[in-house]
Amino acid sequence: MSAILIFLAGLASIIIWWMAQQRLTSKPWLESARASDIFPVTRSQIPTVKIGLGVFLAVVGALFTLFISAYFMRMGLQDWWAIPLPGVLWVNTAALVVSSIALEMAKSSAQQNDANAMKIALLASFVTAIGFLAGQLFAWHELVSEGYVLADNPANSFFYLITGMHGLHILGGLLVLSRTTFNVWQGEPPKEARLSIELCAMYWHFMLIVWLVIFALFAGWANDFVDICRQLLT
Amino acid sequence: MVNIPSSINDPIPAAEVEDVELYHPHSWWTTYVFSQDAKVIAIQYSLTAISIGLVALVLSWLMRLQLAFPGVFTFIDADRYYQFITMHGMIMVIYLLTALFLGGFGNYLIPLMLGARDMVFPYANMLSYWIYLLAVLVLVAGFFVPGGPTGAGWTLYPPQAVLSGTPGGQDWGIILMLSSLILFIIGFTMGGLNYVVTVLQGRARGMTLMRMPLTIWGIFTATVMALLAFPALFVASVMMLFDRVLGTSFFMPAIVEMGTQLQHGGGSPILFQHLFWFFGHPEVYIVALPAFGIVSDLISVHARKNIFGYRMMVWAIVIIGALSFVVWAHHMYVSGMNPNFGFFFATTTLIIAVPTAIKVYNWVLTLWRGDIHLTIPMLFALGFIVTFVNGGLTGLFLGNVVVDVPLSDTMFVVAHFHMVMGVAPIMVIFGAIYHWYPKITGRMLNETMGRIHFWVTFLGAYLIFFPMHYLGLLGAPRRYYELGESVVNPPSAHDLNIFITMMALTVGAAQVLFLFNAAWSLRHGKDAGGNPWRATTLEWQTPTTPPPHGNFGKELPVVYRWAYDYSVPGAPEDFIPQNEPDPENRSREHAS
Repeated sequence: MSAILIFLAGLASIIIWWMAQQRLTSKPWLESARASDIFPVTRSQIPTVKIGLGVFLAVVGALFTLFISAYFMRMGLQDWWAIPLPGVLWVNTAALVVSSIALEMAKSSAQQNDANAMKIALLASFVTAIGFLAGQLFAWHELVSEGYVLADNPANSFFYLITGMHGLHILGGLLVLSRTTFNVWQGEPPKEARLSIELCAMYWHFMLIVWLVIFALFAGWANDFVDICRQLLT
Repeated sequence: MVNIPSSINDPIPAAEVEDVELYHPHSWWTTYVFSQDAKVIAIQYSLTAISIGLVALVLSWLMRLQLAFPGVFTFIDADRYYQFITMHGMIMVIYLLTALFLGGFGNYLIPLMLGARDMVFPYANMLSYWIYLLAVLVLVAGFFVPGGPTGAGWTLYPPQAVLSGTPGGQDWGIILMLSSLILFIIGFTMGGLNYVVTVLQGRARGMTLMRMPLTIWGIFTATVMALLAFPALFVASVMMLFDRVLGTSFFMPAIVEMGTQLQHGGGSPILFQHLFWFFGHPEVYIVALPAFGIVSDLISVHARKNIFGYRMMVWAIVIIGALSFVVWAHHMYVSGMNPNFGFFFATTTLIIAVPTAIKVYNWVLTLWRGDIHLTIPMLFALGFIVTFVNGGLTGLFLGNVVVDVPLSDTMFVVAHFHMVMGVAPIMVIFGAIYHWYPKITGRMLNETMGRIHFWVTFLGAYLIFFPMHYLGLLGAPRRYYELGESVVNPPSAHDLNIFITMMALTVGAAQVLFLFNAAWSLRHGKDAGGNPWRATTLEWQTPTTPPPHGNFGKELPVVYRWAYDYSVPGAPEDFIPQNEPDPENRSREHAS
């Protein structure tokens, strides 16, 4: 369970940093105000939906970290045979990276009020993301045809479970991204589309990071890191 | 969506805050059924939670009947008994307490107490309820499928939860239970995002965090915890569903069942326990923190005194929330673990007693020399303090490894957690309903019926759960269908069981009186007026009662003070509402 505890510690430091700015040491019983007093703004300048998405990503982060925690604990048992990774995963990773970069470009072109570039970048991001999902399905197909089925070994089970869960999250993001792309191609001006593109980009970058982490996990690169952590703990 | 003022360095005079664009329903369906108004959603959540809670109440009667009169009620066989236990526990903890505190009171009170028009994401809020309802229906479906609901105990420990020896293990029961939990968590996440972000972004002008009522602090912190803890249950449920349906071996070790080798092998039941209790222990505080918050407000209002140590109360809530994530393995002392871990978890467990004790002292010190009105909400609040201290003290016993090991899985544990997270939060729920019913409906609940309800419930609950400690010390195990004539079940213990059952039935009957009261007072209750308790918080300052769509009139309230200005010397009345400014000629120092 150390992975989730590290994740929560990181989250706790963000919360503590935030709380440190909230005057939690003030004495509210001494601080009643008159009608003519000037009030400080109590809300954040960041758009509310963005804060909402941030909180949601914290939850998604906890979810994947818990899967990873379970993965590490189960990996320590004896019947574990690492699964060979299909080469197509590299292509998929590239697709997701391109998708993320395209969204970042859509974001900056929306900020620069460049409608055409924004349209093309969004479409590129949408298409590459679908490419990623198709590639993941192809990877599953390849593994199954080579005989690495779900229930044979816990490593297989975790591979399908975690990539499936990640794919579902990408699918959910695709629904939103498709709506944004559709609106933009319908002629929504960059100024209005900007916020939703920013939200998509935020979510996409996050899911890219999650993918890179779990990819590293399945490729076994994370194991050395874990070994070091284990040695530190014991 | 909330609009944001332009710049932080550019304070805007109070009246010029941009208002919120509100969704306006157009038909009967969108007003009362598929409503996006947090108040309607709150009532939908509460009624659903209470309805399913009544099912769990009936299940507890059936269990008690079996324990007191084994063999008399022939329709309760061993399988059914385990199913009753499981469903009772799961419903009470998750579908009643969590849903009612966060979905019910959270939805109703957060926007009103913070001076907001509504939640920040009303559509997701509506979806949250409907997914919750779906989760409840899937849960209830368990009673009607072949094999019945799961009988694995509310902790659903594998491997027994998915084996044929456990009711529902190889039938539909466990599948429906896990699916229902997954749905509940998805629905809760949608609501939880709303509660958190509304507290962050929806507050009225002048409502700084340190001016929020403790009710909101409790619900806010509990929601943050729930958002981070429920994913653990989600992960555990999905993985167990895979084990059960797709034949994986996340949790399932190699097992020979009825002479056949199952296809599972190598899995770790302990892994499930870690995941489950990583959710399960924070869950205790997800239920307790809103109760702490609400009870602080009830005591302050009905003792006409400011809450003692407001800052400490806030910090204690936050510290309890944080600590509760590092104590989970104290539920697993008997599962076998490294003694050093046991020591670590016992220590963190006992440390939680410190902020908790601070809260109890502060409640008592708030009462001290207060102008105590023994109204029904106050009675329930006092009942809560007593019950919570009692249940908390036995928690100190069980938190120690050496004491826990002999007491583990006995009735002592049952008595402990029913006191501390069963009866105590329920006391607060009742207190809160008696307190806010006048705001929700515009009418007071009947006083006489309320008093009868309180005394029967409070004394009855004590008479049920207090003797259980003795049964536990005697060694009577929990989750046993029948004990027969055994050393842990002498005739005196059996008589005690009969007594406990009688009390359980009596307390149950008192709840029927409460339901009758709630229905009867809807029509015949005394007219409440806008602020019957003469309270300071914003929900009592709405232009009409019940509050209209959009909560406040044309302009949102502006907050000038904290929530606890009761009996302020020199003030014309013994309370000053949060939206009432100090007189212009009054300097700040006098405000103390």
